[in-house]
Amino acid sequence: MQQDNRVEFTQEMKKTHTILIPNMLNMHFEIIEQLLISEGYKVELLKTTHHNIVNEGVKNVHNDTCYPALLVVGQMIDALKSGKYDLNKVALIMTQTGGGCRASNYIHLLRKALKNNGMEQVPVISVNFYGLETNSGFKFTYRFLIKAVYAIIYGDMLMWISNQCKPYELNAGDTEAVDKKWTKRIADQMHSPSFLRVKRNYKAILEDYEAIPKSNEEKVRVGIVGEIYMKYSPLGNNELEKFLIREGAEPVLSGLLDFIAYCCENMVLDYDLYNINKVNRNLARIALRYLVHSQNKMIKAIKKHGKFKVMSNFNEVKVMAKDYISKGVKMGEGWLLTSEMLELIHSGVNNVICTQPFGCLPNHIVAKGMMRKIKDNYPESNVVAIDYDPGASTINQENRIKLMLSNAKMNMEK
Amino acid sequence: MTYKIGLDIGSTTIKAVVLDEQDNVVYKSYERHKSRVREMALEKIIELKDLLKDNKVKVAITGSAGLGIANMGELPFVQEVFATTKAVKKYHPKSDVVIELGGEDAKIIFLKGAVEERMNSTCAGGTGAFIDQMASLLNVDLETLDTLSQNYTKIYPIASRCGVFAKTDIQPLINQGAQKENIAASIFQAVVDQTITGLAQGRRIEGNVLFLGGPLSFNKGLRERFIDTLKLNEDEAVIPDMGPYFVGLGAAIFADSNNESYSYRQLLDALTRSANTKVSQAGLPPLFQNDDEYLEFKNRHALAKVDHTELRTYNGKAYLGVDAGSTTTKVVLMDENNNLLYTNYTNNKGNPIDVVKAQLEHIYLQNPTLNIASSGVTGYGEELIRQAFHLDVGEVETISHYRAAKHFKPEVDFIIDIGGQDMKCFKIKEDRIDEIILNEACSSGCGSFIETFAKSLGYDIIQFSQMGLLGKNPVDLGSRCTVFMNSSVKQAQKNGATIEDISAGLAISVVKNALYKVIRINDPEDLGKNIVVQGGTFLNDTVLRSFEIELGKNVVRPQISGLMGAYGIALIAKEQAPVKSSILSMKDLVDFSHESKVINCNLCTNHCSLTINTFNDGKRLIAGNKCERPIKGETNFNIPNVYSFKYSKLEEYKDIKGSGHRGEIGVPMVLNMYDNLPFWHTFLTSLGYDVVLSDKSSKAIYNKGQHTIPSDTACYPAKIVHGHILNLMEKGVKQIFYPAMTYNFDEGISENCFNCPVVAYYPEVIEANIDLDNTQLLYPYISLNNRKDFMKKMRKYFKENGIIISKKEMEEATEKAFIQYDKHKIEVEDYAIKALEYAESEGIMSICLAGRPYHIDPEINHGIDRLITSLGCAVISEDSIARNSEFKKLKVLNQWTYHARLYQAAKYVSTLDNCEMIQLVSFGCGLDSITTDEIRDILKVNDKLYTQIKIDEIDNLGAVKIRIRSLLAAMRNRGEEDATR
Repeated sequence: MQQDNRVEFTQEMKKTHTILIPNMLNMHFEIIEQLLISEGYKVELLKTTHHNIVNEGVKNVHNDTCYPALLVVGQMIDALKSGKYDLNKVALIMTQTGGGCRASNYIHLLRKALKNNGMEQVPVISVNFYGLETNSGFKFTYRFLIKAVYAIIYGDMLMWISNQCKPYELNAGDTEAVDKKWTKRIADQMHSPSFLRVKRNYKAILEDYEAIPKSNEEKVRVGIVGEIYMKYSPLGNNELEKFLIREGAEPVLSGLLDFIAYCCENMVLDYDLYNINKVNRNLARIALRYLVHSQNKMIKAIKKHGKFKVMSNFNEVKVMAKDYISKGVKMGEGWLLTSEMLELIHSGVNNVICTQPFGCLPNHIVAKGMMRKIKDNYPESNVVAIDYDPGASTINQENRIKLMLSNAKMNMEK
Repeated sequence: MTYKIGLDIGSTTIKAVVLDEQDNVVYKSYERHKSRVREMALEKIIELKDLLKDNKVKVAITGSAGLGIANMGELPFVQEVFATTKAVKKYHPKSDVVIELGGEDAKIIFLKGAVEERMNSTCAGGTGAFIDQMASLLNVDLETLDTLSQNYTKIYPIASRCGVFAKTDIQPLINQGAQKENIAASIFQAVVDQTITGLAQGRRIEGNVLFLGGPLSFNKGLRERFIDTLKLNEDEAVIPDMGPYFVGLGAAIFADSNNESYSYRQLLDALTRSANTKVSQAGLPPLFQNDDEYLEFKNRHALAKVDHTELRTYNGKAYLGVDAGSTTTKVVLMDENNNLLYTNYTNNKGNPIDVVKAQLEHIYLQNPTLNIASSGVTGYGEELIRQAFHLDVGEVETISHYRAAKHFKPEVDFIIDIGGQDMKCFKIKEDRIDEIILNEACSSGCGSFIETFAKSLGYDIIQFSQMGLLGKNPVDLGSRCTVFMNSSVKQAQKNGATIEDISAGLAISVVKNALYKVIRINDPEDLGKNIVVQGGTFLNDTVLRSFEIELGKNVVRPQISGLMGAYGIALIAKEQAPVKSSILSMKDLVDFSHESKVINCNLCTNHCSLTINTFNDGKRLIAGNKCERPIKGETNFNIPNVYSFKYSKLEEYKDIKGSGHRGEIGVPMVLNMYDNLPFWHTFLTSLGYDVVLSDKSSKAIYNKGQHTIPSDTACYPAKIVHGHILNLMEKGVKQIFYPAMTYNFDEGISENCFNCPVVAYYPEVIEANIDLDNTQLLYPYISLNNRKDFMKKMRKYFKENGIIISKKEMEEATEKAFIQYDKHKIEVEDYAIKALEYAESEGIMSICLAGRPYHIDPEINHGIDRLITSLGCAVISEDSIARNSEFKKLKVLNQWTYHARLYQAAKYVSTLDNCEMIQLVSFGCGLDSITTDEIRDILKVNDKLYTQIKIDEIDNLGAVKIRIRSLLAAMRNRGEEDATR
């Protein structure tokens, strides 16, 4: 069946080619960048944000394609056209979730775009756990995967704690300095086994953040959920976190690990519901156990430290939506998105922004489709859905968020 | 005294309210700001000088355009919905729901129970600006529109999602001569529907409803539509005197809670500062670097011209061409040497017949002895005008345009025509039209859009477009639909962009829209070497220049750019001249009169609304018909149509009953049920259920469930599910069976066999958004690909829901269901084979109408299949052919069963002569953004034409007809050439 003629990323290329990584989460991806370097890859994280990214996206993908794909393809084509890279010595990387959402097809859109721009020699590496595509020069080793889990957990922790500090810091820039310091330190640790000394690292991280001088004022807390790229990527959501902080609110973002665990959980469910892929199910179970265990260690560290709010672990999150939506809903962010909204409300964050690309199919079901029921059961909840696409103006988005914030502030004063 | 000022600066108007210390309203105003927002805010305060000058003032600014002003002047800002809620709670505490419509915003506030505030999302019309646009389309002012609407006799269905759609619905009504009263009321109804689906999203609007904002305060007709639709009684509908100013009032109240107060001087200074702030923003480069460039441009385009001949003294043969377009009517009168005797380009003001009549009279008056040797008509209003004036030739507009373009550039290989409403591109290969690309309903920000915009900013179009040439920093407005551009312009205004820069920015957006959204070019070289641009929009030099800059090459714009359709049809009329033209003479014209009336066709259950035009000679023309029945009667129905075959096959299940000992169970006829019904019906019947199917889809069914739809951007086939479920509940069923199916049948033609997320999980939306009362919704997560596991899981599921089914029962039912499913499939395939054989033996063309199983629902496809058979082509479907042909890996990840069928069908069609494919795409279908490109590629490689038709709840077969006729013309053309080779 493998008769497609895509360019494989070969073992030789591992030595010669620089892999360009699209950015989604600042801290996580800087750690992942070093992870890849430590595994012998030449990589560069694309941090570009200029407007031409959108232009290239609009030119190169179908206009009904959703915004994350447009941005990622745009960012990559923009980089390749910048002249900074030797087109014969550069490769691209993209995730492929393999679910029923069209996101699984984005890698093909990228290849099409490469072809249309006469750059078909550039290999594109698919990161997926379904064996959709393989590359001899890019393999997941056990060590690689362990490192990846920790890269994500550290990233999640830094993001989680940083968001509890930034809105309250007395000296602008203090938190960012700690962010930078620890992102770099953890990234560097990827080159040696020292990233595994989690207890020590967690403690030091927590102490550093605690040491930032902060005010005690009470601020509105706003949860951000949504399609994964829109939820996290500042390029996609017009720097939503920064905007919220500017408006005097505290952003609350759950971690990336939950999404990875959600993908594993779906493999288990596929077997339970449809009796398919028993091997995957077994592997996924093992993975899940490891993920949740590792996440728990981090959560325990925060709890023990006692100065910061604690996140829920995946096992707590995954049962949140059981009265709302079946876990059979596994496309896109699926039941996890509904669960995350409910988790926020349960933990006292009634204000939620649901970010989604305009016309996102799974979100018709799991986000907008569930909002009425949530509102009925939690009248005090204050949820707003924001659509993103290349034509949407920020003023319209901000205005809607401001309305949500006005209500949040009024509720807080009550 | 401390006065409280609320300034509400919206997208189109500025409202000011001043309260005294006792909260009495001492001043209020409501004015259009024509985008001079910061200046108007300042002028307002200057105007209030006498009142305020010796007092303290508290102030709050609100509104979508107010934020920038507040920031620049460092004045307090309050979010507008929040402000409204404040005022409502103070002045109308008994309100349960507030509906506020503004220029570009629509809001609903629910006050009873859980307080909820909703604003229209980024893709939504149905607001004041939309009403303005529609009024100018009808060529009446707002007051007249309102008066007209109160005397309606009939409401037409008009798409309520966004202005662009509505416009495509309204235009054919105008062209068909429907009464303005009815159109006016229908426009208001569309706004109401939009508010209900777009904003209420599943929450019912009931109790005391407060109507706020300009449009609702000024338009009685609109309010009546709301009151009617929401079934409110007189006491429940509240229209406060302060309606238009209410948000400003809320801001004034909010101002009171501010600690800070200002002296008049301070306030004046703050607003002056804001008015004088220069906002720097990264604009686009100007259109001309210097005067020389401008001169070169002007001179070059002056060359593509046609000479004129004096009409009064002309005594040779003359040829008339009429292009009855969507918003304009164009007339060309040509002499024997193809020179112009007379031309005219008129906005048809909603009545093309009157325009053509006046033009003909005018021509005859200038030259009473004129010999019109032949005449032709093209465009939207082709049938109407041809019948009315007895013209000789009618041709589809695409062909007319090509004919005219060839006249200016014989070697033309690409034509792009941007008219008021439509954008059309043709690629020409070997002297025939190779590919036709028309704008999809969602990106039709075309010429009339610029014109409406110019008007709303207070300029006429010529003035406005000339200003664009001078733009120094054209604003970057994105390139989506009108609604999006409106808010981008709003943002630009907020940032202080000049009208020149906005005009240039709009032109650039239209061009980008055309190039990247409609034609979807990657490389300007794709368009070919010889490009002719035409259509009224290119008369706008700013658009023309933007186009050349964006392409990086020069193009030909004939001087009669706006008249190309008419000129083309005149040339065709000349070529096909009859012995004697049948066109109405001067004398006939004097007696000419016509009237139109609307009736409902009763020949089938669709009850289409028909407009009947009757002319003074007794001739009648029926418009608005979806099939040929009302015109041709019951005959001529032999042409095979797989769509109607499949549909009638499924209808037969309504009469199949088994023992029914387990009682009734409802099954909604929606989405994948159009594919899986034979399976589930047989399965349930065999288990002893009496299966009750929901009724045929209709607008009425859709409207029934409209208020429970949570996401207004979902596709129409999904949104109509709500109505079907309610329909089943009305039938009294206690159980509804609607399985959730992540996986579809694995047909061995794809790498995975998913359903799309909407098809797979819609039962969840139903469960969460419809009050099911005592009805039990059974929606097992089930796959049909492992029979043993299926039986196990189904028994378990039934058991969990208190229904015990024995192993034997389950085995029997499953066996029967699979057999029936296969039988149905084979019947359909056999029918399709016969259809193709019939087409071949009769020498007719066939069309593979490729979509999803649910596209056979006539309410969803709007009768496109019957339209095709009425044009003499057989219709086959994507799932009736090539199901068993070999599966080859594609460039894209082929993992959805329904989509895999499309690819298979495209490959199969490629092997057939005299068969082309038309892809049906439901608006909002995200997956089809993948399939459309792939199918286009498959067809193109095999030298087939690609045609895509986007469908939604709108019912606009006029445009579809043009596309299909163009396709048929291209097919014929191709066939003839093959024959001569």
